Amino acid sequence: MSDAAQWQPRASLSALKSRADQLTWLRGFFARRGVLEVETPVLGRHGVTDANLDGVPAELTPVAGAPGEGWLQTSPEYHMKRLLAAGSGPIYQVARVFRDGERGGRHNPEFSLLEWYRPGFTDVDLMAEVSDLVVGWLGCARPQVLRYREALLQFAGLDPFVATDRELMRRCEQWLEPEQVMALGRDGCLDLLMSYLVEPALAGVGPVFITGYPQSQAALARVSVQDGVAQAHRFELYVEGIELCNGYWELTDAGEQRRRFEADNRLRRQSGKPVMAIDESFMAALEAGMPDCAGVALGLDRLLMLKLGTSDISDVLAFPLEIA
Amino acid sequence: MASYSTNEFRGGLKVLLDGDPCVILENEFVKPGKGQAFNRVKLRNLMSNRVWERTFKSGESLESADVIDQDMEYLYTDGEFWHFMLTDGSFEQYPADAKAVGDTLKWLKEQDVYTVTLYNGSPLSVTPPNFVELEVVDTDPGMKGDTAQGGSKPATLSTGAVVNVPLFITIGEVLKVDTRSGEYVNRVKSS
Repeated sequence: MSDAAQWQPRASLSALKSRADQLTWLRGFFARRGVLEVETPVLGRHGVTDANLDGVPAELTPVAGAPGEGWLQTSPEYHMKRLLAAGSGPIYQVARVFRDGERGGRHNPEFSLLEWYRPGFTDVDLMAEVSDLVVGWLGCARPQVLRYREALLQFAGLDPFVATDRELMRRCEQWLEPEQVMALGRDGCLDLLMSYLVEPALAGVGPVFITGYPQSQAALARVSVQDGVAQAHRFELYVEGIELCNGYWELTDAGEQRRRFEADNRLRRQSGKPVMAIDESFMAALEAGMPDCAGVALGLDRLLMLKLGTSDISDVLAFPLEIA
Repeated sequence: MASYSTNEFRGGLKVLLDGDPCVILENEFVKPGKGQAFNRVKLRNLMSNRVWERTFKSGESLESADVIDQDMEYLYTDGEFWHFMLTDGSFEQYPADAKAVGDTLKWLKEQDVYTVTLYNGSPLSVTPPNFVELEVVDTDPGMKGDTAQGGSKPATLSTGAVVNVPLFITIGEVLKVDTRSGEYVNRVKSS
């Protein structure tokens, strides 16, 4: 079809009205709880080091004090954490974010993220607030909590903290050629089992938080030893098998954060991806002292998909990528 | 040879997998949380017609397969090959072997137009149009006036295909048949 033939929106008018209702409802939720709405740049000077996230690069005319290149942000996390370090108190944002190459039934490279931070909260406190929000809007059952380890044991039949690399790889050979599995690494294998076995099974158990991720998948969460194993204070909420949010009891240790960024870049180098410059403004904010806090990012398009009972993200987007 | 990254996978794309030409049927993008993204792909192997399900790490790529569909008129068979001719005015001819013709054999009528799939320039498969019109060469005697009645009987068509037809159909009539289901649709004209 030619571009001229595709001017009409994909989402129905009633879906667009629900989207507006959702925003109004969410703003009311945070206003009642005294959380401040903020806006931070969509176009930043830095991307992220995470080996599995690719931002969209932007070219700019250089101006005094800013280089001629930037990145459409994959999340407003670093900017919001700079606000927290500056003493903002609890904040939330409805942000447009960009993740290159992600397109499917649940993905569009540009999407809406609700991200919020709660000084003084732990991961457990924030999970309770996420539950209030999701149950309040969707009217679903209150989420249960399932440990990552239990989920893998129950639905993939192996213990992610005990299984050898060889056992993990063997398990993945059900879907991949041995040489593909070799290139995946331990976390890649666990991600495959999560996508192929755990997520589909979670569709049948009602809303559920997965928590206690392996240390290697901590991202920006703090880690502690629980049941004799180092586990990340990271959580994800699944509703009807759809991954809705990712949250952390945030890492505030600047030294540890830098080590993780450097480890990310080593992974990037190994997999042939460009190494990303570390955002030193963010690092400086951590060093200055970010308050103890928990934060979470929740996909608003997916939240609306659940509200409207559709399995295709295009149904809730006025103009998905192909016709954007 | 061009190659396609998983990002470009879409239904209908022709790629080489394990040395065989395949057509992509479905491509599902999956990515858990902050983890590794995968593409779960269903493909039909065009040599064996089997459906394969394969997983790729997002960003992996496959070579494109030189597979194209062309409209061609069926000319004749010499017993070993079935000869087709491009309908684009070039009169270029292609011999298809029994494997390429496959089940389409029972719908092959001279001068009708078929879709011939070429792989590296040779016929890989022949697909009939959804509907063909063929003459009845053999069936039990017709029962006039029985048009409203149910019931059916087998009829042999000029190409050798046998289809179930209503009782009133007689030898010499031309029938419209759905090649996907092998079912009788209607009479085209009376003899």
